[in-house]
Amino acid sequence: MELGIYSFGDLRGISTRERLADLVAQARYADEAGLDVIALGEHHRADFALSAPEMVLAAIASVTDRIRLSTGVTVLSTADPVRVYQQFATLDQLSGGRAEIIAGRGAFTESFPLFGHDLREYEVLFDEKIRLLLRLVKEERITWQGRTRPPLDDALIVPRALQPTLPVWIGVGGTPQSAVRAGRLGASMFLAIFTDPAPARGLVEIYRRAAAAAGHDVDSLRTASGGHMFIGRTSQGARDAFFPYYSEYLSLLPQFPGGMPREVYDQWIRAGLLVGSPQEVIDKIMGHRELLGISRYVGQFDVGGMPAGMVNESLELFATEVAPVVRKEAAA
Amino acid sequence: MSGRVAVLGAGKVGTVLARLSVAAGRPTAIAGSGDPAALGMIVDVLAPGAVPMTSADAARSADIVVVAVPLARLGSVPAAALKGRIVVDAMNYWPPVDGALAAFEGATRTSSEIVREVLGAEHLVKSFNHMGYHELDAWALPPGDPERRALAVAGDDPAVVEAVADLVDAMGFDPLALHPLSAGRVLQPGSSDIFGANLTRAELLSTLEALGVAPATARP
Repeated sequence: MELGIYSFGDLRGISTRERLADLVAQARYADEAGLDVIALGEHHRADFALSAPEMVLAAIASVTDRIRLSTGVTVLSTADPVRVYQQFATLDQLSGGRAEIIAGRGAFTESFPLFGHDLREYEVLFDEKIRLLLRLVKEERITWQGRTRPPLDDALIVPRALQPTLPVWIGVGGTPQSAVRAGRLGASMFLAIFTDPAPARGLVEIYRRAAAAAGHDVDSLRTASGGHMFIGRTSQGARDAFFPYYSEYLSLLPQFPGGMPREVYDQWIRAGLLVGSPQEVIDKIMGHRELLGISRYVGQFDVGGMPAGMVNESLELFATEVAPVVRKEAAA
Repeated sequence: MSGRVAVLGAGKVGTVLARLSVAAGRPTAIAGSGDPAALGMIVDVLAPGAVPMTSADAARSADIVVVAVPLARLGSVPAAALKGRIVVDAMNYWPPVDGALAAFEGATRTSSEIVREVLGAEHLVKSFNHMGYHELDAWALPPGDPERRALAVAGDDPAVVEAVADLVDAMGFDPLALHPLSAGRVLQPGSSDIFGANLTRAELLSTLEALGVAPATARP
């Protein structure tokens, strides 16, 4: 069982320079403390620092030894898969074989107009590009034709990744068609889950059926999950400390224009949001594992512009009190 | 009434609504945008008992057609097949996620009035839009349960609203009728504290009252 963290580089109350410096330092700590993966998600908005997460991952690569370096997610629909492959193959070489990609839609859509794509074309953009990317990780020379980028005629794609096959996950936020696609393509599936993991059982079942129907070895496929996370020494202390930041953060959702109400927050925690003491978070991650068969959990650890001290304390509890216990229980 | 149901859209919302419709004992058809094999697999796992069909066939098979497609793909809904049927608009316009859509951006009318015009659907009501799909899935409860949540049903024609209110009730929620369709403005994202709040009937009533919106009829 692998455990890790992810970030969007939230800029509430902090400059881009400080946030990026914090992220590199936190990644370094996570590496030293034995966490398995850090994932950085691409957004093109003023409230997040990471429109080019691969640049930050390269900086992290240079100060870490073991931790795996992933996006979470790469908005593949509005990128060129050839360029994405080159960047991550380079990151893989630099990091000694630690690069991974999670390809997905992401929570927002700013990159579509920014790069001249039509959101209504989302399906064909993603479908064509993920198929191309899954070929690029295997084929050094490629001939390809489609609608979403210029054709490739025996094109040489270099450098190659250090890993024999650069890992590509497909991020799924709940849409069943996305689970079908991930299964059919034989890609690993990353599930974004914020509250109750139980409804995602259906998605895992669909994913496995689709993979089997397409002739993939279902048992070789990996499933991971991730969502917002905050850990404090005590259950109530964690809830109270995190609430103002989370409430403000979720005001970007249509249902919470004035911030998330406390009673809804408490309801979300009861339903499964990973906020609480180390033991509560251990139990919730184990719940994901039992219900969904995940072999990796990553928590968004710096939600809502919390001060670095809060982020670091939660991160330390995750690395020192949650991760070892989850690994041990998962291995039992 | 027989109340055969079709759900257009087999995504996050559509699959939950189809499952609730089947559980309510209604003959239920479901249509999605992918290929038939994918749809079959999805329905088999998430809404067993619902019958996968093309959108046009599903709509023609039903008395009540619930439209739950991404609003950007409204053009894919077979408007001709909706003729004479009750149409339920379960969709929302929220540009940060769905992208800006010319027909809806800056409109003074409610999104459901625009949907009604685009689809040419005479008997259109707005419902199911103001609860999240996880909550719809988790909160279906029998009548009389004190924890039961409420769903508003906004429309012009009382008989049409009543037919959808019966479906809402059978699916596990307390219906609350609003007239006319444009009264559904308060159910739209960002327009009040109703969207995403998962209220009981009493809570929804008091929230509406505070907004100066009167429910159409008091159901027993």
